[in-house]
Amino acid sequence: MSANGKLKVGMYWAASCGGCDISLLEIGARILDLAQVADVAFWPCAADFKYKDVAAYPDGYLDVCFYNGSVRNSEQEEVARLLRQKSKTLVAYGACACDGGIPALANYKSPKAIFQRVYHDNPSIDNPEGIEPQPNFETPFGAVQIPAFYPAVLRLRDIVEVDYELPGCPPQADRVWETIQAVVSGAVPARNQHVRVGCGQKTVCDECPLEKREVKITQFRRHHEYRPEPGWCLLEQGLLCMGPATRSGCGALCIKGGMPCEGCYGPAAAVEDQGAAIIGALGGLLDAATEERAQELVSQITDPTGRFYRFTTASGMLKVHAQGGQS
Amino acid sequence: MTTTETKPDRTGAGQKWEPRIVGFLCYWCSYTGADGAGTARMKYAPNVDIVKVMCSGRIDPELVTTAFANGADGVVVLGCHLGDCHYINGNHKTMARMPLLRRVLEDYGIEPERFRHDWVSAAEGEKFARLVTEMTEQVRALGPLNWPERMRERGVGHGADLPPWGSNHK
Repeated sequence: MSANGKLKVGMYWAASCGGCDISLLEIGARILDLAQVADVAFWPCAADFKYKDVAAYPDGYLDVCFYNGSVRNSEQEEVARLLRQKSKTLVAYGACACDGGIPALANYKSPKAIFQRVYHDNPSIDNPEGIEPQPNFETPFGAVQIPAFYPAVLRLRDIVEVDYELPGCPPQADRVWETIQAVVSGAVPARNQHVRVGCGQKTVCDECPLEKREVKITQFRRHHEYRPEPGWCLLEQGLLCMGPATRSGCGALCIKGGMPCEGCYGPAAAVEDQGAAIIGALGGLLDAATEERAQELVSQITDPTGRFYRFTTASGMLKVHAQGGQS
Repeated sequence: MTTTETKPDRTGAGQKWEPRIVGFLCYWCSYTGADGAGTARMKYAPNVDIVKVMCSGRIDPELVTTAFANGADGVVVLGCHLGDCHYINGNHKTMARMPLLRRVLEDYGIEPERFRHDWVSAAEGEKFARLVTEMTEQVRALGPLNWPERMRERGVGHGADLPPWGSNHK
């Protein structure tokens, strides 16, 4: 804590969409309470701090640093290491920092395939010379260095020791506020590597208000093709809901809004592989007496792997595609 | 076993590589069947490390992904025939899970021949022996999977060492 008795707080964005930075503002007027007890010492999205300002801080200067986004390139790793050094408490904020999030879906492709798509094959790209970004490049005005692209998307904890992980895409405002309060009052759980905070221990089904009628799934549907019957479990109606395999904490927000759970809070406590967990759950729910029927039913699910691991590819057991994903 | 090639593996360069297959077998039928194969002194490939579980319905797909992630070259899941489950319908759940699990493993680039599920009754020691030998030869033809090495190639686990398996998500 600094001379004025206020906490020093940092927030950084790595491979992320910016939604986490916005979600911090979603706490609304409570941000004024936060401003009374804390000073922002680093927040690239909202305030003009440079990396060299952070490098000039003494070690452990930041009381709390929220790191959102996964690690896709060397700059994000460098800043992660710098912030670990300068922070007393480092929090992985949001699904990307905790589990890889949406960016980690790129782990099903090789870096080569990604570059091919982005810089050559994309229909909106005009690149006749076939130029790709190079980490080191000589120009008439001097050498230019840009961050190196990593072969896979990593979580924050793959790079540095993380004290707490706050999951969600983005973390729900009330959970963020509870976490901030806990940090400010010192009532945080014992500091340990990747302890999840701001979430429950059970699954989204535990907080879901919809009724289960104990019927089996006879058909999988996509949510734009079907208007679900109100009050009835979406999964039983054939909408792929990740609720049974997803950690509680959001208050079943999407489901209350009529959308099936997408799984952003990651796997439930003591589960590592969220995709494997939903396969396990679906096994007991399919209306299939034969293997052919089971095959027919599950073939109605579009892109099962992408949906089961939408937010957790970097946390799943397998993490990357075997052949680097040329396809 | 004359087709074995000399390939480097996780236990050291130059050693003869042998497929390492993890088999999850239910206690009531398949494990008893495997036991029967042994009691009858049938010859079959010694490449399957058997994990006995009470019911094939207990085989969480995470056990399969964990086996592959930790270096298994193949995984085989065996349970009672449909209708024979000691717990009435545990194997029906297994049956419903397998097509999805197979699809997910394929999306990760794991060849379908590396993962197999079948039903082996307590009286089918011969089927168990045949199945294990077939599977071993299939996996041998594909070569090592070596997932930990593939992850290292992609820089996963780079920087701080990966936390030990099982320590995630407290």
